[in-house]
Amino acid sequence: MSQPYAMQRAMRTARKAALQKGVIAVLDIGTSKTACFVLRFDGSEGLSSEGIGSLAGQSSFRVIGVATTRSRGVSFGEITTMAETERAIRTAVQASQKMAETRVDHVIVSFSGANPRSYGLDGKVELETGVVTDADIGRVLAMCDEPDIGAGREVLHAQPVNFALDYRSGLADPRGQAGQELMTDLHLLTVDAPVIQNIVQCVKRCDLELAGLASAAYSSGLSALIEDEQELGAACIDMGGGSTSISIFIKKHMIYSDAVRMGGDHVTSDIAMGLRVPTPTAERLKTYYGGVHATGMDDRDMIQLGGDTGDWELDSRQASRAELIGIMRPRVEEILEEARARLDAAGFEHLPSQKIVLTGGASQIPGLDGLASRILGQHVRMGRPLRVQGLPQAVTGPAFSSAVGLALFAANPQDEWWDFDVPTEMYPARSLKRAFRWFKDNW
Amino acid sequence: MQQIGKRPILRARTSNTAQPEASAPRRDPAPSKWAYRYHRLRLRPGYRNFVRLGLPLCVAALVAGIYFAQSDNRAKTVAAWQQARAQLETRPEFMVNVMAIDGASDATAAAIREVLPVDLPVSSFDLDLEAMRQTVESLDAVKTASLAVRTGNLLQIDVYERVPAVVWRHHEGMELRDDAGHRVAAVEDRNAYPHLPLIAGMGAQDQVAEALQVIAAAAPIADRVQGLVRMGERRWDVVLQTGQRIMLPVDAPVTALERVVILDRAQDILNRDVMAVDMRLSYRPTVRLGEAAREDIRKINEIEFGGQR
Repeated sequence: MSQPYAMQRAMRTARKAALQKGVIAVLDIGTSKTACFVLRFDGSEGLSSEGIGSLAGQSSFRVIGVATTRSRGVSFGEITTMAETERAIRTAVQASQKMAETRVDHVIVSFSGANPRSYGLDGKVELETGVVTDADIGRVLAMCDEPDIGAGREVLHAQPVNFALDYRSGLADPRGQAGQELMTDLHLLTVDAPVIQNIVQCVKRCDLELAGLASAAYSSGLSALIEDEQELGAACIDMGGGSTSISIFIKKHMIYSDAVRMGGDHVTSDIAMGLRVPTPTAERLKTYYGGVHATGMDDRDMIQLGGDTGDWELDSRQASRAELIGIMRPRVEEILEEARARLDAAGFEHLPSQKIVLTGGASQIPGLDGLASRILGQHVRMGRPLRVQGLPQAVTGPAFSSAVGLALFAANPQDEWWDFDVPTEMYPARSLKRAFRWFKDNW
Repeated sequence: MQQIGKRPILRARTSNTAQPEASAPRRDPAPSKWAYRYHRLRLRPGYRNFVRLGLPLCVAALVAGIYFAQSDNRAKTVAAWQQARAQLETRPEFMVNVMAIDGASDATAAAIREVLPVDLPVSSFDLDLEAMRQTVESLDAVKTASLAVRTGNLLQIDVYERVPAVVWRHHEGMELRDDAGHRVAAVEDRNAYPHLPLIAGMGAQDQVAEALQVIAAAAPIADRVQGLVRMGERRWDVVLQTGQRIMLPVDAPVTALERVVILDRAQDILNRDVMAVDMRLSYRPTVRLGEAAREDIRKINEIEFGGQR
């Protein structure tokens, strides 16, 4: 862990500047839609160091601008066409700025794809003074040995999820406590570096300053899981357009995250292929008549497929609703099976509480909860994002879990590895070496 | 269109909505890069203020500048302005027709009318009341004056005149001075002001207050006092009608005079043959004898001491 994390530190500084200014934007770049919220921090509550304010800091901000636009150039939650995505961001940001009647300079971005991979790390350090200080926390975090995350990967989150002092574990904030040995567990989430590069580039080209990056799995978990679920252990499955991201929370920390590269768009393309209709028509059929449980009545519900090719035979085709459900169901099952496999791989069954919350735009398929409880277990519920101040009714659906969670993340950010000072004893050797090399190079 | 079973509800829904308008390529409403930047610029508070205030002001200044760049326009504007101003000022409501002077004697009032450069009727806008007040107060006879334009087109001048306290005689003649020593008027004849004490001598006019104190102290012998003379611009002599002098010291002349008055009351000193009572040295009052008295003293001394001298 010798990387300086310059970008993350710069983003943290930018976020502080934005909170000072009182206005910040959160941007959820999804596969099917790009949502932008403009938040205003009144500063009445402030981000004081005295713990979390009332309502976990949600009352300190207000959503004053909201805009959603169709995403362009994004697939599987990753940017594939920079210029198109840039235009989508511009559209969303401009519309939300217009609603907020204020200019936004700092933006926090979340995205869902980029093959997230979780690592659990731990570090251990002897305390010198017998009391835990800030420097000790930085030291114990620095002692976590960095796994081989592979080439072209970047650390997105590195959150200390647990501290243990001697034999006492489960400490949230060990500072000031007496002990001999400090241990920590660190959750490291890595993603593909080019994805982050693309997002940074896109945001920069929109004249915005990046004030934070978050995984969509993490932020939708923040907003869709209620406090008890976060505390006792739960999984949030955010079924988006291009990818389905999974995050597992316990003790209010995300401990695992993964993503299935399948989502609602795949259901749509199945419909388009199966019924031989254009994709927009398929999307429309899915949202109007879709479902996962066929009944006898559905056999008699004939759906006009439509079309304007001029060929009467082609344009007047019909399909029964049961056919549509028959196309959708295997794909939805596949997604849920895949999510189940990921949860099993993560050892989700060992958690004390095995609540599973489904959220995201694709979770609105009627009858999904029944299907999901058959695949994922009994403790499944549909999740909607938390209500935050000033949020319009139109964006309270499950498709906006990630954006709302990002707003909560902006109000009450989680401490990350780079928020603590790197212990000073790590510096001298390197800087001496660097100085020596400089002398050798120049004389 | 075949339908299995009668399902009018679903049919009604499908028949008019299943035509997807989206099969045509949807127009993307994304703003262009420059439109986006301009929109963000417009949200800057500085830019908004500039558009709301700065720009109109600039345009107004530009238009005015172009218009007034031509001297014809300038002259026209100035002439129109002056004409409008003159019209307003010469309205009967603003005219002053009468000047009223209160608190001044006839001579002073005449002098005030003389010095004030006002040709009635005149517009009240043309009256510089402060300058006029200073002009009026520059008259010797006027202590303070207040001027005001009153309703009824009236210029009211309230005057407080100086009250003459002494008559000062000097080389060129006589003049009246008030208790502060300020000149009030010149006089030809001292008998026109018999109730005012007379002072004389260089520098006497600057010490009128002290002179008045001395005169007040001389009240018991007032019928005999001719006047005061300032000697060497530093002390007073009281001159009596008999030509006798009471020479007062520089410091505390009033006390010295009171001593003389007491001496006179006790020993009737001033009715004797005394030329002058010299009080200049307070510890040694001296009397200068007249010619006859000196002779008498000499004779008495001869008798007493047997003509030794």
